[in-house]
Amino acid sequence: MGPVRPMSRGGDIAIRARGLTRRFGDLVAVDHVDLEVPARHVYGFLGPNGSGKSTTIRMLCGLLTPSAGEIEVLGLRIPAEAEALRRHIGYMTQKFSLFEDLTVRENLEFLAAIQGISRQRTRGRIDALVEQYHFGERQKQMAGTLSGGQKQRLALACAVIHEPELLFLDEPTSAVDPESRRDFWEKLFELADAGTTLLVSTHLMDEAERCHRLAILDHGMLVADGTPAELTGKLAGRTFMVEAREPRRARRVIVDLPGVLGVSQVGSRLRVLTGVDAAGSDQAGGVRTAVADALDTDGQQAAVMATPPNLEDVFVAVTRRTSSIPERAA
Amino acid sequence: MNGRRLWAIVIKELRQLRRDRITLAMILGIPVIQLVLFGYAINTNLRGLAAGIADQSHTAGSRALVMDMLATGVVKPVAMANTPNQLMAMLRRGTISIGIVLPPDFERRRIDGREVAQVLVDGSDTAVQSAAAQLAQVPIDSAAPDTRAPATSTPRTGRISVVGFYNPQRRSAINIVPGLIGVIMTMTMVLFTAIAIVRERERGNMELLIATPLSSAELMLGKVLPYIVIGLVQTSVILALGTWLFAVPIRGSVLDVYLAAGLLILANLSLGLLISTRAQSQFQAMQMTFFVFLPSILLSGFMFPFAGMPKAAQWIAEVLPLTHFLRLIRGVMLRGASLGEMWTDVLALVAFIGVMMGAAILRFRKQLD
Repeated sequence: MGPVRPMSRGGDIAIRARGLTRRFGDLVAVDHVDLEVPARHVYGFLGPNGSGKSTTIRMLCGLLTPSAGEIEVLGLRIPAEAEALRRHIGYMTQKFSLFEDLTVRENLEFLAAIQGISRQRTRGRIDALVEQYHFGERQKQMAGTLSGGQKQRLALACAVIHEPELLFLDEPTSAVDPESRRDFWEKLFELADAGTTLLVSTHLMDEAERCHRLAILDHGMLVADGTPAELTGKLAGRTFMVEAREPRRARRVIVDLPGVLGVSQVGSRLRVLTGVDAAGSDQAGGVRTAVADALDTDGQQAAVMATPPNLEDVFVAVTRRTSSIPERAA
Repeated sequence: MNGRRLWAIVIKELRQLRRDRITLAMILGIPVIQLVLFGYAINTNLRGLAAGIADQSHTAGSRALVMDMLATGVVKPVAMANTPNQLMAMLRRGTISIGIVLPPDFERRRIDGREVAQVLVDGSDTAVQSAAAQLAQVPIDSAAPDTRAPATSTPRTGRISVVGFYNPQRRSAINIVPGLIGVIMTMTMVLFTAIAIVRERERGNMELLIATPLSSAELMLGKVLPYIVIGLVQTSVILALGTWLFAVPIRGSVLDVYLAAGLLILANLSLGLLISTRAQSQFQAMQMTFFVFLPSILLSGFMFPFAGMPKAAQWIAEVLPLTHFLRLIRGVMLRGASLGEMWTDVLALVAFIGVMMGAAILRFRKQLD
């Protein structure tokens, strides 16, 4: 990790939330989420659309009032001390929220002023950001005419212009090509190295894998959290590959077998995730045999081989917990 | 309140405005077009109404009265008739708007002090009715200047002559132009600010802004300041064109004119801000603007005389900033009054600004819920 900023508030924990809940009418968008985000980490929120990621982020930076629960961000109680918090955070919204009819430089100048950077320092700071985020040629271009990747870069530059301790990024790369995404993540790690805490929401597995730590949200509930390695480690032995001549036909045979939690096709192979029984004990071995037998009975030639679990498996495992084996087996 | 942040908002608004060609064109186009349109087209002082005349008396006196009536310019003779019935038929057909009947015993009636003439009016147009009232006021003694008959003093025949103070030629433009400053300000200023904040909400800029240390008051004032300048530019355009095209006088001090305009601009901007804290979309903001705009035009005294309105309508009108502005601007421009003499209306505008601005800042919360 990079140098520790001496001024950092709240010690080693940047964000702490207990029983965080938000209702919109009858809909419970966030349901009793407990959260602990360590300082100077890239912390990921992984979940499908509508899982409550944006709502949680908005509550954490004081834009939405929680229906219930307690929040402490950088040692400040939110929403009571949200105004004080605003000086120390950067927030990059899901939708591009800069001014499309201002130029790149004008947007930076505007945010520098709003964030209270002195006139003397503004010029130097903007020059540095323009350099760092590769806007040298495009300073006078209207923000609205930038490409998707450039817009995200500009949004990030604006969000960090006042060098916040904590940066919230709400699905920052959802509309960006893979190359730009890679560059963007480089910048995020540079920021983390410089001592910034980052909270990034995403629905992309490969992005989630890059995070130091990760929370998986589903229907407003936090269903798992830990480092990517911890999360995948829990599934050790529960995943295997099936290589079949007709993968789609094989899939139909496998998918309804008891103990099979998820089957996804990866090229000509099938990736199978097995569940745990009611007692919580692993049945991977048994399921593997059952799958091989079923394919054999169906007259399909297939090879079954072990494969390490990935975050997608974790996601499937934790979000399908409710409709798990006992029901399928019935 | 931080000056640097406030200034940043002002600069941003001006930069955005500079690039918004259509809005920029509207800022100058609306006053010019409306002034020319209203100044020339709105004419509450009717002239040349088609008239039919039935002179059954055929005396020198009756002919003299008819000539007097024609001399007012209100009517233009298009038909002659023998009986009142013929005139009524013409009225029904719409060939004439006014019929003038002089009965066979015209001279007798004049001496007796009874009604000497009857004016038949097409009452389906109120403007015509008020024009006909002018005819009834033609002094009948001029019809026989040599005979000072005592009858002329009877109330029924009415020797009431109308003397137009401040606008002796009864030119509508002089009444309309000062009021038009108010109407145009009410239309453009409310709308501009109402949309200015809703647009940022729609485009997502607001979510970014409220996550920064920017305060509600800085944001609100920063949005309003550029438009004060724009409003004063519009005022100048209307004043310049009004003087040049319609020879509208400015009898009071020009400073007072601008102070009054400044008050109205601020009042409308604060109202626009309040609307913008409520409206969810630009369309809603526009609808709410027109909800205010229409009563402003109809009740403020711009279109119809304030004194003639029922009490309830007057109460509503007292709440509208345009009502007070009209009193101020007509006072300053046409009667040469000073703002100090009309301090109640100044106070009303200041109170309106305070309440609306305060409500807008309080209502605008730096939160999404």
